[in-house]
Amino acid sequence: METAELTQEEQFQTRIDADVRIEPKDWMPEAYRKTLIRQISQHAHSEIVGMLPEGNWITRAPSLKRKAILLAKVQDEAGHGLYLYSAAETLGASRDQMLADLHSGKAKYSSIFNYPTLSWADMGTIGWLVDGAAILNQVPLCRTSYGPYARAMVRVCKEESFHQRQGFEIMQTLSEGTPEQKQMAQEALNRWWWPTLMMFGPKDADSPNTEQSMKWRIKRFTNDELRQKFVDMMVPQAEFLGLTVPDEKLRWNEAKQGYDFGEVDWAEFWDVVKGNGPCSRERLQARVDAWNEGEWVREAALAHAAKRSARGKV
Amino acid sequence: MQDTHTILLPEVTPEVRQQLFDYVLQLADTSLILAHRLSEWCGHGPILEQDLAMANISLDLLGEARSYYQYAAELEGQGRTEDDLAYLRSAVQYRNPLLVEQPNGDFAHTIVRQFLYDAFHYHLLVQLQTGPDRQLAAIAEKSVKEAAYHVKWSAEWVIRLGDGTDESRRRVETAINALWRYQGELTTPTPTEQALQAVGFVPGYAAIQQQIDQHVARVFEEATLAVPQGVFAQKGGKTGRHSEHLGYLLTELQYMQRAYPGMKW
Ligand SMILES: [Fe+2]
Ligand SMILES: [Fe+2]
Repeated sequence: METAELTQEEQFQTRIDADVRIEPKDWMPEAYRKTLIRQISQHAHSEIVGMLPEGNWITRAPSLKRKAILLAKVQDEAGHGLYLYSAAETLGASRDQMLADLHSGKAKYSSIFNYPTLSWADMGTIGWLVDGAAILNQVPLCRTSYGPYARAMVRVCKEESFHQRQGFEIMQTLSEGTPEQKQMAQEALNRWWWPTLMMFGPKDADSPNTEQSMKWRIKRFTNDELRQKFVDMMVPQAEFLGLTVPDEKLRWNEAKQGYDFGEVDWAEFWDVVKGNGPCSRERLQARVDAWNEGEWVREAALAHAAKRSARGKV
Repeated sequence: MQDTHTILLPEVTPEVRQQLFDYVLQLADTSLILAHRLSEWCGHGPILEQDLAMANISLDLLGEARSYYQYAAELEGQGRTEDDLAYLRSAVQYRNPLLVEQPNGDFAHTIVRQFLYDAFHYHLLVQLQTGPDRQLAAIAEKSVKEAAYHVKWSAEWVIRLGDGTDESRRRVETAINALWRYQGELTTPTPTEQALQAVGFVPGYAAIQQQIDQHVARVFEEATLAVPQGVFAQKGGKTGRHSEHLGYLLTELQYMQRAYPGMKW
């Protein structure tokens, strides 16, 4: 094949098809760049907003060990946010602009973080299910076509699987505990199960961007494929814990070697996406407040750095 | 059977052992309460990088607190655990100085509280490293490396805020005004500390105070800030006379253990 006869766009697709990584200095279609910025910044925002529901329990963790593990976990999420903002910056986006888009409501983040954390068992459930879902979404991204994103995801995924194990361990401790603790675990599972299934996004039929994203290898599996994998992975774990998945339609399907399961409440899904989740306003407001109240600190740091460099001290 | 630290701890009278228990608990409470305060910032910091830095320092202090609680539990030898000591004692039984229980306030208050504590903490740990109690010395040896980083971080922020903008200067001065009165308690020995100083288990505070003064003076000079003079020192935390803030902090910290007693988490 004569590469000279291919358009830039065709050459680009040829590289993608051959699994050659795209790097920041390489030519790329504008739509690819834009889609990636949207996806990576959305992912970064999810890490940062995701600190809030779990941060809600750091001061109330039931033991010193759990307090340390939870704080370290939430701190990891801040680190993930940083790697991802940096990856998006290689595409020409600025962190300030991305944050401005988050604060104005223009940019989205994962809807799961718009649900409240009501008991200690939520820390277990989030680690087990939400980090578990994040892993399924993210492991394929370690092979995504854009180099800096793929490399950031390798680091993120390592830590996420650690989080998932810790979450599972909390659930295991609760389910082996007193009846009160077991009930706490079941009640948390009842609240988080369906919102977690929503983390994989709308049904394939309602996800118009999937096809292009798969072609660019920004996405490797469809939403429904990932949702199915998640259910197949989690149902046996719930059984192991002695907990009941709150879905009456859940059945093992021998023919497809996977579970059949009930329908997600899509009306609720779209409500939350539109900003009407139970904690949507609070989460966004917390980020906006942190940003606004931090403004004088950031200004002071800049002013001091300017004074130092004017004095020739570094 | 002998407990593991009899080897590390020189022969002491039961009275000194009790005093040592009280002192180690004081160190533990201090690290825990400050760690707790810092952890309240998590997710709400002014800059993502500083959110991470505060969580880091909080984790260091929490780790240090756990080492002290575990050691205190061994000294006591009554089968209590680190969690029993942290979660099942009331405010009047807590022994942390007033400074560390003060609320976060704005970032300037957090930084000034941190710097005043870090300067003390660092110079104390340097001394404890070479003390006769080998277990305490081992904890200090590990923690002093972390404390060296903490005091560097908080000093840098005092300098940035002092020599930053008009607003940051005004805020950091307000924080110094509010918090300076709690600095004196750190190096004012309680009867327990005096008794332990007499037998060499706790370093003399006069020398440490001098090192702190020099450290603070150096940082404040670079920050173009004035060191307050002749401020009344508010004391009491180390003997259980706390500010009203501690009760609320412990209510939150101890909620689960109080609401669900005797369970494993
Ligand atoms: Fe994460
Ligand atoms: Fe995570």
